[in-house]
Amino acid sequence: MIFGIPLQAFLGQLLIGLINGSFYALLSLGLAIIFGLLRVINFAHGAQYMLGAFFAWLLLSYFGIGYWPALIVAPLAVGLVGAIIERTMLRRLYSLDPLYGLLFTFGLALTIEGTFRYLYGASGQPYATPATLAGGTNLGFMFLPIYRGWVIAFSLVVCIGTWLVIEKTKLGSYLRAATENPILVQSFGINVPFLLTLTYALGAALAALAGVLAAPIYQVSPLMGSNIIIVVFAVVVVGGMGSIMGAIVTGYLLGVAEGLTKVFYPEASNIVIFVIMAIVLLIRPAGLFGRDV
Amino acid sequence: MTKKLLTAFAMMLASSTAAFADASDGKVKIGILNDQSGVYADFGGKSSYEAALMAVEDFGGKVLGVPVEVITADHQNKADIASNIARQWYDTEQVDSIMELTSSSVGLAVQALSKEKKKITINTGAATTELTGKQCSPYGFHWAYDTHALAVGTGGALVKQGGDSWFFLTADYAFGYSLEENTGNYVKENGGTVVGSVRHPLATTDFSSFLLQAQSSGAKVIGLANAGLDTSNAIKQAAEFGIVQGGQRLAALLFTLAEVHGLGLEAAQGLTLTEGFYWNRNEETAKFGKRFMERTGKMPNMVHAGTYSAVLSYLKAIEKAGSDDGDAVAKELRALPVNDVFAENGKVAENGRMIHDMYLLEVKKPDESKEPWDYFKVLATIPGSEAFIDPAKSGCDLVKS
Repeated sequence: MIFGIPLQAFLGQLLIGLINGSFYALLSLGLAIIFGLLRVINFAHGAQYMLGAFFAWLLLSYFGIGYWPALIVAPLAVGLVGAIIERTMLRRLYSLDPLYGLLFTFGLALTIEGTFRYLYGASGQPYATPATLAGGTNLGFMFLPIYRGWVIAFSLVVCIGTWLVIEKTKLGSYLRAATENPILVQSFGINVPFLLTLTYALGAALAALAGVLAAPIYQVSPLMGSNIIIVVFAVVVVGGMGSIMGAIVTGYLLGVAEGLTKVFYPEASNIVIFVIMAIVLLIRPAGLFGRDV
Repeated sequence: MTKKLLTAFAMMLASSTAAFADASDGKVKIGILNDQSGVYADFGGKSSYEAALMAVEDFGGKVLGVPVEVITADHQNKADIASNIARQWYDTEQVDSIMELTSSSVGLAVQALSKEKKKITINTGAATTELTGKQCSPYGFHWAYDTHALAVGTGGALVKQGGDSWFFLTADYAFGYSLEENTGNYVKENGGTVVGSVRHPLATTDFSSFLLQAQSSGAKVIGLANAGLDTSNAIKQAAEFGIVQGGQRLAALLFTLAEVHGLGLEAAQGLTLTEGFYWNRNEETAKFGKRFMERTGKMPNMVHAGTYSAVLSYLKAIEKAGSDDGDAVAKELRALPVNDVFAENGKVAENGRMIHDMYLLEVKKPDESKEPWDYFKVLATIPGSEAFIDPAKSGCDLVKS
């Protein structure tokens, strides 16, 4: 027994927390990259997550393209949409106060969500679990749907992979350098505007990837992004704005914290993350993994 | 001196607004106030506004020789926003009555406000029996369904099939409590037990944690005392965790055609549910359904058809009363029988509850569905007298005992 609930139930809830944490981690990762490198607070991230899920659904219902190809095609498509947004609109705001970027992406999110709600309604669309991942196994302490296990494993791989690319590869070093001192990097013959477009597209694609992963679990609904985006922002703030590793670790941690709250005091499960955020900000204003500015 | 002036000014203001209401200001204005962007946007939403417009057109567009106008707004499921809109509608836009009012917290707030202003509300979207119980109003009517009818319908059907122990997943606000309480009482009265419940916030996306608790409770039936997208998500995820395969049954207590359409027959098949309307029940309902479909792109559920009926009855009552004054119309609404596409021989009780038959429905298997939106089998008709609380026992002080 732990805190009055059986150990088995406790372990089950821990695992559930990790699954939700996987989505938080994937989403906050994209946000942290965009903020860390572009200094843009991307409020359209939730909409891009929703777009990923919707692209997967559209591919399946209109072209018969299943889950596995969608896992690649949908993020690419949303990445492309992201690149176009960055090229044609967002780029013009870099020289202005970050507030403008925030307002622009917020407006964009409302527009995209409103359009999809108009086209497809609010109840959402069903998306079946791929046959190879259907069913579940009994772990002894809980019944784990295979698909959820896959979500944990896959998101871990993607998170660590992305971190490695940005922190350990040459491309990543260009990216980081380009944001530190764009003029200097440009003078070395590196196409900085292209790098920035690439960064935004990567962030959007990560959101879309999380969307495709979420499609078989949740209803594919125009509202799915706005429900989750605020939580993800809290994750990024707790992790430390712009800290990529911070976003990943905090994502999983807060997922677990939320999961446990659902057992002990379910009514508070939608605010516990914000309470943690407030406490962290009081003690460490730069976030758990952030550097003081 | 200033105090006197102020008092005089206030009295002037008060009397002038009162005069406006009596004079009917040259038109009858109905407000459709509901959720148009959140989890209940398909449950009622913009389509309810279309249903109201259809009723006005069918009535001829005019009552007592003045035009009827319908306006609409989104309350975002927030009682404070809803109250502000309602106040503004009454005070500056000469709205005569507000209808639909999805979400129980909103319904209760706006009904209380309208009672103060002596304006008619006809609620078709919210579920709580409180509207015609302790918090009833002489000007407040409850039209399409309520939590008691859902408990008797869906709850009753499952208890009869041997589901005698229940665990509830309850939306954490007035509606969820009311639905859980009504269903729980019904289960207990019929010899069953309630082994536990968990309250989740409105618009929860992940139910796995709650479902796991329900699963380990060992209850035979998991009662979903929530609505809209919340219920859809819970059902979808219950399948993932093998809950139905494990021998537990799901009771989607408030689930309508709109949500079945969103979830798809594959996931929804076999569910038992209760509605006050099904478009494919007879020729007349099918004709109405198709007209509605042409305007909105979807078939109506009980909220949409109920809103149509509410607007139509309201206009009939105005005509009979010869005035749009709240007291006169409320009296006629209680006196007139309701006979339209939604209700046959419906009648309005003293507490404001419109008593009509409800239908126990089962969601068809994908291969049983012959055309788009052909989703339900009608299992039974629940007579109004069984579906709804006996007005004398409702706790409403308007009912003379």
